[in-house]
Amino acid sequence: MAGFRTPLGRARGLGSAKSGVGHFIGERVSSVALVPLTLWAVWAAVGLAGGSFDAAVTWLRSPINASLTILLAITSFYHMQLGMRVIIEDYIERHATKAALLLLNLFFCWAAGVLTVLSVLKVAAGGGAY
Amino acid sequence: MADATPGLRARPLSPHVQVWRWHVTMAASILTRATGSALYGGALLLMGWALALASGPAAYDNYVGLLGSIPGKIVLFGLTLSAFYHLFAGLRHLVWDSGKGFTPAVASRSAWAAIGGAVVASVAVWVVAGLMGKL
Repeated sequence: MAGFRTPLGRARGLGSAKSGVGHFIGERVSSVALVPLTLWAVWAAVGLAGGSFDAAVTWLRSPINASLTILLAITSFYHMQLGMRVIIEDYIERHATKAALLLLNLFFCWAAGVLTVLSVLKVAAGGGAY
Repeated sequence: MADATPGLRARPLSPHVQVWRWHVTMAASILTRATGSALYGGALLLMGWALALASGPAAYDNYVGLLGSIPGKIVLFGLTLSAFYHLFAGLRHLVWDSGKGFTPAVASRSAWAAIGGAVVASVAVWVVAGLMGKL
């Protein structure tokens, strides 16, 4: 008879799987970190606007600016991967399409994150050779 | 859908835009997703900026020139709005996570506050940037 029961009916009453809230908590924790980081990013962007290449390099060679830019990038790419994942899961019904888009989202966020961090490190640690 | 198996509680149904009365909390929810998606693009602009800076002066000047053009400024203003709105909407969600702010009156007021706050903050940032001679 178990075959006639819905997945929800089978799961109800069994308690928590202990790992289902990882996405929810990750999204919340990164959002808390992004509050000050976003405000800092707006302030930094206004400061950098209209500036020269040399000014931007000098700015990014400050360890504080470089660290905050890397933290902003990592936290943003992590948070947006989680957010886009929910959007894909909500709106894409076909299993193969959903799986493909979820993988694409994950790989894309990782690639963009690594590219951003390495670019920042190159400028921040570089000796001026371009 | 609604006539579930006897013994099972009726499952909640999704609101439908063509049936449900428009309300600001609904708009606020949709805007949170829309601005989040826009900021996905914004993060790629950050990546482009870092990549251009790491690639040298010519690439950087090209990139900054693109961002400083009229279409570039329109996109950047849209991203400023998105960033502030998504930030305020996120704060709303954090308050909800603490179990507060769920009554319709408070939820409507905080929705309007997030929308209004985003517009005011974005215009303020761009006015200050203009006064500093950054535009």
